[in-house]
Amino acid sequence: MKTISFVPFAVYTFVLLISTQAVGAQLISGAGASFPYPLYSKWFSEYRHVDKSVKINYQSIGSGGGIRQFLKGTTDFGASDAPMKDKELAKSKQPILHIPTTMGAVAVTYNIPGVKTSLKLTPDVLAQIFMGKIKTWNDPAIANLNPQVKLPEKQYIVVARRSDGSGTTYIFTDYLSKISSAWEEKIGTGKSVKWPTGLGAKGNEGVTGLVKNNPGAIGYVELTYALSNQLPVVALKNKAGKFVVPSVSSVSAAADGQLKELPSDFRASITNASGQNAYPVAAFTYLLVHQHMPKEKGQKLVQFLKWAMADGQKMAPALMYAPLPKSLIPKVMKKVEGISFK
Amino acid sequence: MSQVASTTEAIPQRSRRRDLHLADRIFYRVVKGTAWGMMVLLLSMIVVIMTMAWPALKEFGLRFFVTNDWDTLGDSFGALALIYGTVMSSIVALVISVPVSVGVALFLNELAPRWLSKPVGFLVEMLAAIPSIVYGLWGLYVLAPFLRSEVQPFLSEAFGFLPLFEGPPLGVGMLCAGVVLAIMITPTIASVCREVFAAIPVAVREAALGLGATRWEMLRISVLRTSVSGVVGAVILGLGRAFGETMAVTMVIGNIEQIKLSLYEPAQTMASILANQYAEADSDLHLSALTAIGFCLFVVSLVVNGSARFVVSKFEKRERGEV
Repeated sequence: MKTISFVPFAVYTFVLLISTQAVGAQLISGAGASFPYPLYSKWFSEYRHVDKSVKINYQSIGSGGGIRQFLKGTTDFGASDAPMKDKELAKSKQPILHIPTTMGAVAVTYNIPGVKTSLKLTPDVLAQIFMGKIKTWNDPAIANLNPQVKLPEKQYIVVARRSDGSGTTYIFTDYLSKISSAWEEKIGTGKSVKWPTGLGAKGNEGVTGLVKNNPGAIGYVELTYALSNQLPVVALKNKAGKFVVPSVSSVSAAADGQLKELPSDFRASITNASGQNAYPVAAFTYLLVHQHMPKEKGQKLVQFLKWAMADGQKMAPALMYAPLPKSLIPKVMKKVEGISFK
Repeated sequence: MSQVASTTEAIPQRSRRRDLHLADRIFYRVVKGTAWGMMVLLLSMIVVIMTMAWPALKEFGLRFFVTNDWDTLGDSFGALALIYGTVMSSIVALVISVPVSVGVALFLNELAPRWLSKPVGFLVEMLAAIPSIVYGLWGLYVLAPFLRSEVQPFLSEAFGFLPLFEGPPLGVGMLCAGVVLAIMITPTIASVCREVFAAIPVAVREAALGLGATRWEMLRISVLRTSVSGVVGAVILGLGRAFGETMAVTMVIGNIEQIKLSLYEPAQTMASILANQYAEADSDLHLSALTAIGFCLFVVSLVVNGSARFVVSKFEKRERGEV
């Protein structure tokens, strides 16, 4: 068995101790969702210039782990793509707030030999493809929606989906459950579900790899991933009956369209949103904070959240995140201001 | 008395500690501490894993290992498909890797000229230094498309009547995982085999040649036959690596919890499901079930590595006895 030489190890521990203690600054630690990590990481480093007396440390360990650590009290705040369930909230001794920070969406990407134009799909057809009911690309259900596209004959559909537990899968299955009762009954909504068909791949890059290398494949990936890699995306028919491709603006439109029905704790799904230009497979991602916080840390965190709602939002589009709609921000601000200190 | 002894001859075992200077004594303590630390670490890992896995084992009992139902939303877990996936992918890997590794070791040790065997041997061992995520991405982006478009159509045509090669070629799946694993374990098996072959005395070879054996007969009689247990040890070490390999397998196996005989079908292994689901496991039972899989993998790895050591040490003892 290998043993680590003691001296470098001691030096390493020492450096680690010093670096986490960042002399004099208030250290706030959080952990959770990996989807918004690039944006959060940008925020936390930028915020160092805004307020030098605070250092925010974030680990993207995944939403599930984030919620668990937050409930245990090892972190000051959590982060999750899916809102916490009532059962999880009940485990906490003190009330927890969901603060939406930005929005994610799921794009459906495909690889059909010879097809370059954007494919159109209705919710029902999409659900049938992912349930394995529609098996070939020249199925009349697809062909009728895309009369201008020349679909290959006898090309089998290979469904590619995430194998790892993921907020992306949660959003996607949440959407499919809303628009298809068969999906809701047989499969349901979750970060990992029992898929009736298809190949599983780890991470967005895994799904992209499967789709790129398998003629006839269709899969879903995070919007940011699809945009920055210029993948072909499906235009989905939204609730208003319009075919919409995913983009930063069509995702913001989804939240805007759903605003009236948003509950006061923001724990809501905005998939299948109403609104002319709303892309239907979108969701908030949240920071989780306690309603009552220790004074010093709490005040710093509240200041940061206010900053994130104002200046922070402007950084989102450059990183391919959809900023919160302007109409929503005052509501979130009010919630943040409601945080009390002890 | 001991002082006299220590100046004149090698220090006897018992007096070693008494004679130590302060610095030596501190050093002794520190080094001893690290050694014990490793033991404590291992034991505490077992304890933690056991406690975390307990709820799932209590809930499902033996059913956990013999049923195949992995329903994260329904909170019902059975690991049979995962155990099957781990075992089957490792078998595929061994079937491909063992002949290649033994061949490589024989060629490099017995047949190749020195100027060739050195660099080639080095390159084979370098294969072990490639990070597994690189193997995984290579498998996904290069090997899987190649299997789908070239190898699988050929296999289907030639051996399509076998249930092993049924179904549409997808590229990723059990076969792809097996091939990637085979490449990953080859350096392990080959280098242990080389050591085993090198341990056989030249006299044994010369005896065979002196009796009029050809090169091949000499290799068969005096090298291969005398080193069977050593090769078995090498294979078990390779098997241990194949069992535990996580990242590369996850990238290429297709990740479906099912038991299908066809190697074209996607599957899931114990290690890959941990990589896939641990970070985002929501329910306590799900987390516990995953930890139970981790425990299972832990036990299997210990047993495999232990038995490899046993076989190899037996082989070495016999070697010493013979010479």
